[in-house]
Amino acid sequence: VSIVDAFANLLMGFQIALSPYNLLIATVGIILGTIIGVLPGLGGANGVAILLPVTFVMPPTSAIILLSCIYWGALFGGAITSILFNIPGEPWSVATTFDGHPMAKRGLGGQALTAAFTSSFIGAAFAIMLVTFFAPLIAEFSLKFGPPEFLGIQLLTFSAFVGLAGSSVTKTVAAILLGFLLGTVGMDIISGQLRLTFGTIELMRGFNFVVAVIGLFGIGEILLTIEEGLEFRGAKPQVHWRLIVETIRELPRYWKTFVRSALIGSWMGIKPGGATPASFMSYGIAKKFSKTPEKFGTGILEGVVAPETAAHAAGVSALLPMITLGIPGSPTAAVMLGGLLIWGLQPGPMLFQERPDFVWGLIASMYTGNVIGVLIVLLFVPAFAAILRLPFAILIPLIIYVCAVGAYAVNNSTTDIWYMLIFGIAGYLFKKLDYPIAPMVLALVLGDMAESALRQSLIMSQGSPLIFVSSPIAAVLVILSAWLLMSPLIHPLIRKWWVGGRIR
Amino acid sequence: MDMRKADFGFAALLLVVAVLVAWESLKLDIGWGLNGPEGGFFPFWLAVGLGVCSLVILAQTIWNASNPLRQPLVKPGGWVPILKVAVPAIAMVALTEMIGLYPAAALYIGSYMRWIGKHHWLLVLVVSLGVPLGSYVIFDTWFLIPMPKGWWGEHLGL
Repeated sequence: VSIVDAFANLLMGFQIALSPYNLLIATVGIILGTIIGVLPGLGGANGVAILLPVTFVMPPTSAIILLSCIYWGALFGGAITSILFNIPGEPWSVATTFDGHPMAKRGLGGQALTAAFTSSFIGAAFAIMLVTFFAPLIAEFSLKFGPPEFLGIQLLTFSAFVGLAGSSVTKTVAAILLGFLLGTVGMDIISGQLRLTFGTIELMRGFNFVVAVIGLFGIGEILLTIEEGLEFRGAKPQVHWRLIVETIRELPRYWKTFVRSALIGSWMGIKPGGATPASFMSYGIAKKFSKTPEKFGTGILEGVVAPETAAHAAGVSALLPMITLGIPGSPTAAVMLGGLLIWGLQPGPMLFQERPDFVWGLIASMYTGNVIGVLIVLLFVPAFAAILRLPFAILIPLIIYVCAVGAYAVNNSTTDIWYMLIFGIAGYLFKKLDYPIAPMVLALVLGDMAESALRQSLIMSQGSPLIFVSSPIAAVLVILSAWLLMSPLIHPLIRKWWVGGRIR
Repeated sequence: MDMRKADFGFAALLLVVAVLVAWESLKLDIGWGLNGPEGGFFPFWLAVGLGVCSLVILAQTIWNASNPLRQPLVKPGGWVPILKVAVPAIAMVALTEMIGLYPAAALYIGSYMRWIGKHHWLLVLVVSLGVPLGSYVIFDTWFLIPMPKGWWGEHLGL
């Protein structure tokens, strides 16, 4: 692929993304996404899941623009709650609370929000440019991939969860296996047999990942919020035009932080579950390089800039493996991937050749969506913050009702609403007992693809598992995965040896 | 119920699931068939893995029995608000099967706002009727996604 081709494709994408209908869709998506990001219990993943049925009536390109804009909106919305209410809407906005909330308490909420939105925008813009240039290259490279290589990529994805997980290794593996098992319930795509139905009709359709996402993330999160008895008493932001301009004028001073954080975010985001460590890492590194590290945590602009730039860059680059390889980097990307399947598109490298309008429309809409997004959030911060001032007794039943509507609409089945409640209770227990939810959802979404890749590989090799190390690409992927899987075991050993050697 | 007991119980539940799934996959055949690996092959080995994981987690909870950090699973006083959310939600889903989603939602939102939020009757009526009506317009008429109508749907042909 030459640069000229890529540029021509991008121009074609802009023609699609800038059509009035798609611009309207993008604006609606950003507004809905920001509301979803602000509301407790509704993050990017279940916001996208709930609205997935609505996209069935749209052309696929508009549908993916709507969903990705909901995702950008949710990323922006997460910053609002972190700064004004000290409640991170998503795990990766935790680091934003460190300096953002102290600023808001000192009456500098407007400055903190402006800095957060601007840095999100810059982080996203950086990552989008990377996606624009690397996506076609990766897609072309991965055209050579066969079933063993794809299974290798999946192995690497899940090993990354195990290796980088904050939770216990056994619990992470158990969650992944459980996700794959839930995915096998119902019709076997290869033999057509019914599996694991235990003789019931209810289980024949299997478990829909959209319902699982709505329950696990939505209902589970609401139960946790309720138990904590959280009340939203936040700082009132004052956002005027002059203040926005003044804050943005101050930001170029931190250009080094921007560059570092954008790089960290883009790199970490490609790996699954990378956005959260990226935001923490970027905050830590900004502090390390600062001349006044003691000021971090007291409410300084740089402490907002660093995590927000990285988190948003990571959020964007999480879509890179999804559109090029068909492997989502985050739960939200996983739901979008599920959307692709429902719209009748086959995710993976072939998408660039079969549906260039779709891929490039999506990439171009990342540019337009983030421009629209930063303008909308800057203009309407007080309106979005006011949502959290709605009384709890109104918010909670409304959120549960919206979740129920979303769960029903996937398959027009009331059984799915029951499943949603069960998944909600499971999600609550998972969080409490430190089982990670994100890898389980990914496994549920990727289950069919992983299984057919495994079975096709074994057919190719007539049953010999050596096929996974005989092709060079697959071998590298398997070795990398093994290294990641072992890293929780090896790292403490190395550290012990290193520290021990120093003491001696 | 403290955290450790809950941890033990949940891992035991996973073990039961693993055994059940392995049993069910064995019936499907886990070996090599005409089209490569049989249908039971993948779930069987997943179940074996899950079984091993749950055994390790069970062992870990027993080893850490002396752990002084024993928190309760649910925060003290946390049960009441959780049940106040969960029970009406379950009731709404049960009602949906009978009278349809929109009437069930109106009842659910209205009663929750009135009894738990103690809001004014007027506000309760506006929100509990306005939200289902609004979503009817959006889903049933704009996006043509009909929500469940329950008994009314069958008898009045909605």
